[in-house]
Amino acid sequence: MNMKKQPGREKNKKRGNPYFLIIVVAAAAALLYFFPENREKTLKASYDFFIELILILPGVLVLTGLFSAWVKNETVVKYLGHASGLTGVALSFFLGMIPTGPLYVAFPIAASLLKKGARISNIIIFLSSWACIKLPQELVEMRFMGIKFMVLRLGFTIILVYLMGLFIEKTAGYHKARRSDDK
Amino acid sequence: MEINYTVVFINSAAVLGLIISFYRNKQKTRQALKIALKGFIKMAPAILILLILVGLVMGFFKPEVISSLLGDQSGVLGIVLASIAGAVLMIPSLIAFPLTASLVESGASIMVAAAFITTLTMIGFVTLPIEIKEMGKKLTLLRNGISFIIAVVIALLMGALL
Repeated sequence: MNMKKQPGREKNKKRGNPYFLIIVVAAAAALLYFFPENREKTLKASYDFFIELILILPGVLVLTGLFSAWVKNETVVKYLGHASGLTGVALSFFLGMIPTGPLYVAFPIAASLLKKGARISNIIIFLSSWACIKLPQELVEMRFMGIKFMVLRLGFTIILVYLMGLFIEKTAGYHKARRSDDK
Repeated sequence: MEINYTVVFINSAAVLGLIISFYRNKQKTRQALKIALKGFIKMAPAILILLILVGLVMGFFKPEVISSLLGDQSGVLGIVLASIAGAVLMIPSLIAFPLTASLVESGASIMVAAAFITTLTMIGFVTLPIEIKEMGKKLTLLRNGISFIIAVVIALLMGALL
């Protein structure tokens, strides 16, 4: 709604989005009011998830903070930046594959990597690999869906995720990555 | 199970990291904690939305309904429905695979199964607010949008090959 022409990512970040929050709260209240039979299950799911977040999120934020304070920008640029090439790609896939929890944990990490000068394509690869190429998950998939299904899906996913990374980098703001390289 | 393991892993890493960091440089440790706190404040509204959405999704979409809906659907409509269901739902993968296997047993095609698993893992409808906060609107929408297309492509490829 706020169409300022400044480069303004800083501004964007601060602004927040109160309308969306209000809409969601109102919609939730209305749904729960009109469907009382779903109330208990909804509240329980929210509560369970709240507990999960409280147990996980502080740790993640502390790790992200430590990472921001200790890891030098040059290190990230070297291993995940524009000159990192195939090593960077492989490293991004690998970092994402380590079993470390749900996807929302990865967003702050990805954001701080990006700020420190990682390539956008590598960050997209990191997020996608975190989301869907977890090692334990592949084992479960193999058990339930068969090895052929698992291997094929994994292969296609890796190829397409790589292409998606390149495509998003092209469309979404090469300039941003370059700006942090310059610093 | 999965959650316990994650909780232990992340928190012990955080505590260990803090101890080492504090030992080596108090200044940097303070800076790290400050960044962590700032991150939390920044994320708080998005987290609130996430909590509400997770509750609603779990309270209103039941896995049984999904499987009865997708069980006998195949073809393009089935793939699209499965992709949407996978994008909206948030199911731990350990439960997702048995569920998908049961979908296939109750008549869903391999394509539907592949689409469902792919969007389920790659796209988080409920975590969109957090992703936007951290990664920006453009990257988030591109990643989730293209992941959706990728899911459909993977499904079609799998259908052709299996």
